[in-house]
Amino acid sequence: MTPDARQIVFENVSKFYGEVLGVNKVNFSLEPGITSLVGPNGSGKTTLMNLLTGLIRPSRGAIYVLGLTPQQPIEFFRQVGYCTQFDSFPPGTNGYDFIYWPLRLHGFGHDHAAKLTNEALERAGMAQVAGRKVAGYSKGMRQRIRLAQAIAHHPSVLVLDEPLNGLDPMARSESIALFQAIAKQGMHIIISSHILEEVDRISDRVVLMSSGYVVAEGQIREVRKEVRDHPMQILVRCSNASRLAAAAFELDHVVEAKILSDGQSVLVRTRDAEQFYLLLNKIVSGGLVEVDAVAPADDDVNSIYQYLIGTDGAPT
Amino acid sequence: MSAQNLIARAQQWSKDQPWRLYGSQISILVRNEVRRNLRRRIWIYLLAFIPVLLILSHLIFGRHNFDVDQIENDTDVLAGIVQLYYFRLGTFFACMGIFTWLFRGEMVERTLHYQFLVPVRREVLVVGKFFAGAVVAIALFETAVLACFCLTYARFGSAGKSYVFDGPGLSQLGSYLLVTALACLGYGAVFLALSLLFKNPIVPGVVIMGWEAASPVFPAWAQRLSVTFYLKHLCPINLPITGPFAIFTIVAEPVAPWIAILGLLCLTTAILVLSCFLIHRLEITYTTE
Repeated sequence: MTPDARQIVFENVSKFYGEVLGVNKVNFSLEPGITSLVGPNGSGKTTLMNLLTGLIRPSRGAIYVLGLTPQQPIEFFRQVGYCTQFDSFPPGTNGYDFIYWPLRLHGFGHDHAAKLTNEALERAGMAQVAGRKVAGYSKGMRQRIRLAQAIAHHPSVLVLDEPLNGLDPMARSESIALFQAIAKQGMHIIISSHILEEVDRISDRVVLMSSGYVVAEGQIREVRKEVRDHPMQILVRCSNASRLAAAAFELDHVVEAKILSDGQSVLVRTRDAEQFYLLLNKIVSGGLVEVDAVAPADDDVNSIYQYLIGTDGAPT
Repeated sequence: MSAQNLIARAQQWSKDQPWRLYGSQISILVRNEVRRNLRRRIWIYLLAFIPVLLILSHLIFGRHNFDVDQIENDTDVLAGIVQLYYFRLGTFFACMGIFTWLFRGEMVERTLHYQFLVPVRREVLVVGKFFAGAVVAIALFETAVLACFCLTYARFGSAGKSYVFDGPGLSQLGSYLLVTALACLGYGAVFLALSLLFKNPIVPGVVIMGWEAASPVFPAWAQRLSVTFYLKHLCPINLPITGPFAIFTIVAEPVAPWIAILGLLCLTTAILVLSCFLIHRLEITYTTE
């Protein structure tokens, strides 16, 4: 595949840390706009971002960002800004120097670097405290100064690892507005979050991740539909498996109801778990079947989605 | 591919490189690293200035003897301090502390990713950090050696002044300063490479120290594989080898000063080139540090 100069392309990318899987067989390409990487902690979001920016190398596959790779650092990092999740800073540095000196490494002269530094500090709302040591900043301020550094050189691709962590509601909404403003300029913004609801309303597309795999990817509406349409497996251990299976079959959204070999368990595949749970309640309260245990039997896109959105928008 | 083609490609490659940018990046890296290094590592200051403090205390509390013979004795003592303390211990451990910390320390502090996320070639990063470490180490140890030298001869008044300016003193000082700089460069390059090769460079560092210390009893060819062998041949005064090791010591053929200097510089360059390859293998995985 020829790398597209406007796209971010992951070509069959895998990363293993020895025996441990980081991400596996990741294939997708991203157009400009806001893309959210969403998944539970440990699902591989940060690994994917570190691969994208060359902090780690893929065990297999290739990654192109606007046709460039991190092996061309001068061209690459003029286009890419990465706000990592690492909450550590060079000892003794203050907010201004933290942004100014990397800009000098970009090749900007003193005046230009100073101008860009002040502009980034203003955009991140950190101008007033720029002279203070970073070690004395609050968590939210440290988050914002890292964001300021990532956007200071006006990159075309902005990678943000959990950028809203530690921010108060006001700073959150300001940051979200900033991301939207940057995206409107035709840039790529890649945001990771373990809370879908947090990035849902600002994302043009979403990549759902679980256990190192991309489980769904595309426009946010498509992913929602894919998630909704994907049957979910529920395992029920009960006193009368055949009766429960028969009742379940009467529901339109139940795709399959299988009695397992122990004779006391039913595996139900349904497109509407909530309706099935309602039926189960009815059966149990009617005294027809005694239920010992109910559990989701898979870790598919639906269960991940349920995890991500929870019942009140927070992870369960 | 013919040699002509190779040369043409190398010339084209060289022409395409933004050397001016590399130069400014190296100077910024050196500036930032030096500021960072000078503020910390108090024990390295101690390591450099312990002999200075000893000579100073001797000057203050010792019995003063202004004989010309005593100048000769003190010249031997100074040679012992430089060759036995500075080359074998002082610069060795200081370079271990300074140069291994350049990358490995940043991994421990979880700040190395900032260096990897700027438009700087990793080779430039290696060179910039190496120069920064060299500036710190050389400035520190040359100052210390210079202070030792001044304190040694200052107490002899006009006789000491005459020894330094009319006698062999000044050329001895020049040799010591040259050798100190070469020691910092050689050991610095070794420890920089070790920090990129091993997560804990202390153990291989101790092995190298053992090799350097035991090198006088090695066969002549093996002696040439130690840094101190070359440094020793650049020193203006030959220290007599005494003690239990003396009977095992094989006296190696002397090496011309220009070969010793060139040899150490080539060794340093070769190790730096190796480091430039190793840095490309380095990944930001702080959790495994």
